[in-house]
Amino acid sequence: MGAGHGHRLFFHGHSAVHRAPAHLKVLVLVGFMLTVVATPRDWYPAFAGYLLAVVAVVLLARVPLLYVVRRMVIEVPFVVFAVLVPFIATGPRTDVLGLTVSEPGLLAAWGLLAKGTIGVMASLTLAATTEPTDVLVGLRRLRLPDLIVQIMGFMIRYLDVVTADLGRMMVSMRSRGMNPRSPRSWPTLARTLGALFIRSYERGERVHLAMLSRGYTGQLP
Amino acid sequence: MHVPDGFLDAPTSIVTGVVAAGGVAVALRKARGELDDRTAPMAGLVAAFIFAGQMINFPVGAGTSGHLLGGALAAVLVGPWTGALCLSVVLLVQALFMADGGVTALGTNITLMGLVGCFAGYAVFRLVAAVLPRRTSSVAPAAAIGALVSVPVAASVFTLLFAIGGTAPVEIGAVLTAMLGWHTVIGVGEAVVTGLVVASVVAARPDLVHGARHLVDTQELEIRTAATT
Repeated sequence: MGAGHGHRLFFHGHSAVHRAPAHLKVLVLVGFMLTVVATPRDWYPAFAGYLLAVVAVVLLARVPLLYVVRRMVIEVPFVVFAVLVPFIATGPRTDVLGLTVSEPGLLAAWGLLAKGTIGVMASLTLAATTEPTDVLVGLRRLRLPDLIVQIMGFMIRYLDVVTADLGRMMVSMRSRGMNPRSPRSWPTLARTLGALFIRSYERGERVHLAMLSRGYTGQLP
Repeated sequence: MHVPDGFLDAPTSIVTGVVAAGGVAVALRKARGELDDRTAPMAGLVAAFIFAGQMINFPVGAGTSGHLLGGALAAVLVGPWTGALCLSVVLLVQALFMADGGVTALGTNITLMGLVGCFAGYAVFRLVAAVLPRRTSSVAPAAAIGALVSVPVAASVFTLLFAIGGTAPVEIGAVLTAMLGWHTVIGVGEAVVTGLVVASVVAARPDLVHGARHLVDTQELEIRTAATT
């Protein structure tokens, strides 16, 4: 049951980007994205510059570009929406490739896609170059309330335990003939979630007692 | 489901960020009242549970599937303040570690799914529970109706934000119709799943369910004499 080091998106490395303090990286990410979001969407060269900046950081971190690109599938549902915007938006119509679309809608779709894509790439870069424990230390240094950081820490620490617990339940149900693709399995899946809640809650109680017995007083060292 | 970067303009994102920060600060204080010094480990484990719960895909048919949002579920299971806190932490972790939902849209996501989702769901849950008979068996249907309402309510609040700070020139009426229609369908799925999950936990450990605890406390200890033959 040994869990891997780091989380799923982390890409092990020793570059300057990996070594940079996490609180700086979080601040840079938030500042950068606020700038991107505030940029008017018809400043096309600016977006090329932003994209170049993100790609430069990815290359500097020696993370393969394909590693980041492949994990951008998380954006897909949103891309579908952005593609629909020119068709449903209001405003003067224009012809593109034989389709009649709204002109401001087209511009809006471009803005959504450009900003969303840069956002996902920038967030992936942070996730790929920063270990979870470093992010926690960084967030504490950014004066995030201590309790929030502790809760995040416990969530990250037990995330793989809880998801593996769920995985084992799913495997055992499948081996008993449950078909998770059928809507008929909704009650079974829901009961599984109920059992998972009880297991997680009771694990939390055990963890708390174990911490008390080691002298926990509400502060983590 | 998560709002990405650039969907709402920067001023709206900052305002929702301030609202989210305020809401989380209050939730922190209240959750400490609900959980005292167990807050960190318990909320952490519940957050991990919500995250795992969102990983289960419920088949809808025609090859598509949806997953749980979990606002109303968390509110009924662990209380609205702890639930909102756990959902906020889940969204924070998803934004920072999984690039799910933009970092500038984090405030919007926490406001919509954490605060509005939890509290709208919990308010409806309490209303329905007050009408239904005071039995543990009425907790699950009340939770289901809470979940059913919470999703379209969150969608309407999103539409409101979109009307104020949206970046696409789409008619608000059309957005509202599309969002409400689509999210009512999602809400029905959310309601069925939430009701079934709450029912299974109430059947096994009613003392763990925040929304059923006041019913469990009133059950008196009953000492039955052994049937001797």
